[in-house]
Amino acid sequence: MFDELLLTVLLTSIPLILAATGELVVERSGVLNLGVEGMMLMGAVAAFGAASLSGSPYIGIISGGMAGMFVAAIFALFVLGLATNQVATGLALTIFGTGLSGLIGAPLVGQAIEGLPALHLPILSGLPIIGAFFQLDILAYGAIVIVGLTSVFLMRSRAGLVLRSVGINHDSAHALGYNVLRVRLYAILFGGFMAGLAGAYLPLVLTPHWAEGMTAGRGWIALALVVFASWQPWRVTIGAVLFGGVTIMQLAGQAKGWPIPAQFLSMLPYLATIIVLVTIASRGHIALGAPAHLGKSFFITR
Amino acid sequence: MFVLEPRASVPLSLTLLVPVIAIALTLIIGGLIFGFLGYNPTEALYEFFVAPLSRPDQIGNLLVKACPLIIIGTGLVFCYRANVWNIGAEGQLILGAMGAGWLALSFPEVQSPFFIAAMAGTAMLAGGLWGAIPALLKVRFRTNEILVSLMLTYVAALFLDWIVRGPWRDPMSFGFPLTKTYPDAGLIPALILPGIGRLGQLHWGVIFAFFIAIGGWFFLSRMLAGFQIKLMGDAPRAGRFAGFSQAKTTFAVLMISGALAGLAGMIEVSANIGQLQPHISFGYGFTAIIVAFLARLNPLAVIVAGLVIALAELGGDTAQISMGIPKVVTGIFKGILLFMLLAGETLTRYRLVRVSSRSAQSLATPSKREKASKRGKANV
Repeated sequence: MFDELLLTVLLTSIPLILAATGELVVERSGVLNLGVEGMMLMGAVAAFGAASLSGSPYIGIISGGMAGMFVAAIFALFVLGLATNQVATGLALTIFGTGLSGLIGAPLVGQAIEGLPALHLPILSGLPIIGAFFQLDILAYGAIVIVGLTSVFLMRSRAGLVLRSVGINHDSAHALGYNVLRVRLYAILFGGFMAGLAGAYLPLVLTPHWAEGMTAGRGWIALALVVFASWQPWRVTIGAVLFGGVTIMQLAGQAKGWPIPAQFLSMLPYLATIIVLVTIASRGHIALGAPAHLGKSFFITR
Repeated sequence: MFVLEPRASVPLSLTLLVPVIAIALTLIIGGLIFGFLGYNPTEALYEFFVAPLSRPDQIGNLLVKACPLIIIGTGLVFCYRANVWNIGAEGQLILGAMGAGWLALSFPEVQSPFFIAAMAGTAMLAGGLWGAIPALLKVRFRTNEILVSLMLTYVAALFLDWIVRGPWRDPMSFGFPLTKTYPDAGLIPALILPGIGRLGQLHWGVIFAFFIAIGGWFFLSRMLAGFQIKLMGDAPRAGRFAGFSQAKTTFAVLMISGALAGLAGMIEVSANIGQLQPHISFGYGFTAIIVAFLARLNPLAVIVAGLVIALAELGGDTAQISMGIPKVVTGIFKGILLFMLLAGETLTRYRLVRVSSRSAQSLATPSKREKASKRGKANV
């Protein structure tokens, strides 16, 4: 019973981990991409469509990531190339992605696909309680590996240092000879790929159907998670599992007939995000590692 | 490579041309996307932008759809001019509708003609207070108003869902999540045009929408408080030296836009639905963000922008029926339009100049870049 519950919590948190890790790298480079929800939806519809056409969920994974990266490239074109307002451009990306995924997915409604199989690791998956950690699918294991690699890249590698310095002060980084726009382009594309994978996870593992707007606000929660994690990769994982736990708790509460209305339990992740924002923000920005130039456009002008 | 060079002055023709070019490009790119996905592009554009206006009563429906967009868009212009990023207007709309609904359901016997004004007041108070939450958290704890206002939208939607299924549900509704219908004094009457009669769903709220946009323009461009809002958005440091308060401005713009979104919610329910139900808005709070940008943050232009976007929304309805595509597809046009407008914004302020990459490196001086980078700020 308990490990079943734990497994559900883990599965719910994987898309959040993927999307939030991608967005974390983007924000560390100083770019705020509010288009996560749109990129996830594009990833979801591409993954579903590709898996449905090819019959292989693995092709679905790749297609989902590529679709997320493709729409992220549009975002990069405007935000980096034309230095447009990042908040508004991100919103445009979400609205556009929601619409385009709805149009692409219109003929796919009602179809079903075969999802990613669970890979039970020998011996480990039989362990009591923590066995659930070893009954996941390839994309979930991949997500955990990617978080580890991202953490090492950001905090231990030279390239990661450059990326962080671009986010802290793009003028200084530029003066030192680093190509600010190129670093940010790579970060945005990585963020898009990860959001696409996160979207792909929904039809490939959680529900084997396509429905318009099936991300249901997960992209926005991923954005909140990055702040929750105070821009530290490992904290994203902890936060995502907590959020997954709250989501599952409300389902369990409904099933067991708790006296609290389901709507109030559904509010918990959103209220928790606000509370975390308040607790974190009141401790001051510098202590948090918030990129100082987050959301600011970089221009080369004469 | 290309660099962006600030223009000394922006010609008026460019200011007026940008939205027109943006709309034209949106139609072209949108059409191409439909064609690429195997739909007939001319049919798609026809269904979205021409078919909705093929009957006279649809003009009335267009105005009805534009009404909440114009009211909310005007409020958002205040916020965005002050560089405060309220994207939770949808939640403020819901709270406003609930505030007015509480009054209407509490006094079912009332007959006073002033009752509707009291409902409007309650709606504005409820929406304004909901908008004050991100303001309070931003001023007190420096939280990001984008995330807080957005999270509060989900909370508001769930709150409405609970209240119409639970405490406020009409016991005679056969289990449907509906409240009792409002008393007649709580409804906004249809607008009967002389010589024409009723035009679609046209109601009196539309007239108020026009007045609100004009009033918003007057406030922003002709009054000191409006100047203060614009100054705190463009040059907060200069504003502080002038003795203006950043905190008060943040509260003011978030509460104004919250109050207007709340009013839009009340009008939407009192004119079109007549009772509360789980879904009372088709994402007007989010769509109004595009309206505000299409209007280039000018309340007078919000009227035109609201009508343009309302046409696309109405087109989404027709296309849903005639082409069998989901309503969210309108987002393709809305998203591209916003992209194009933002690009246009940059290209009116700057010109693209071709330079060799070596000179671009050496020419970049920190002071100029700093000036330029100030435009795109958003604090987290």
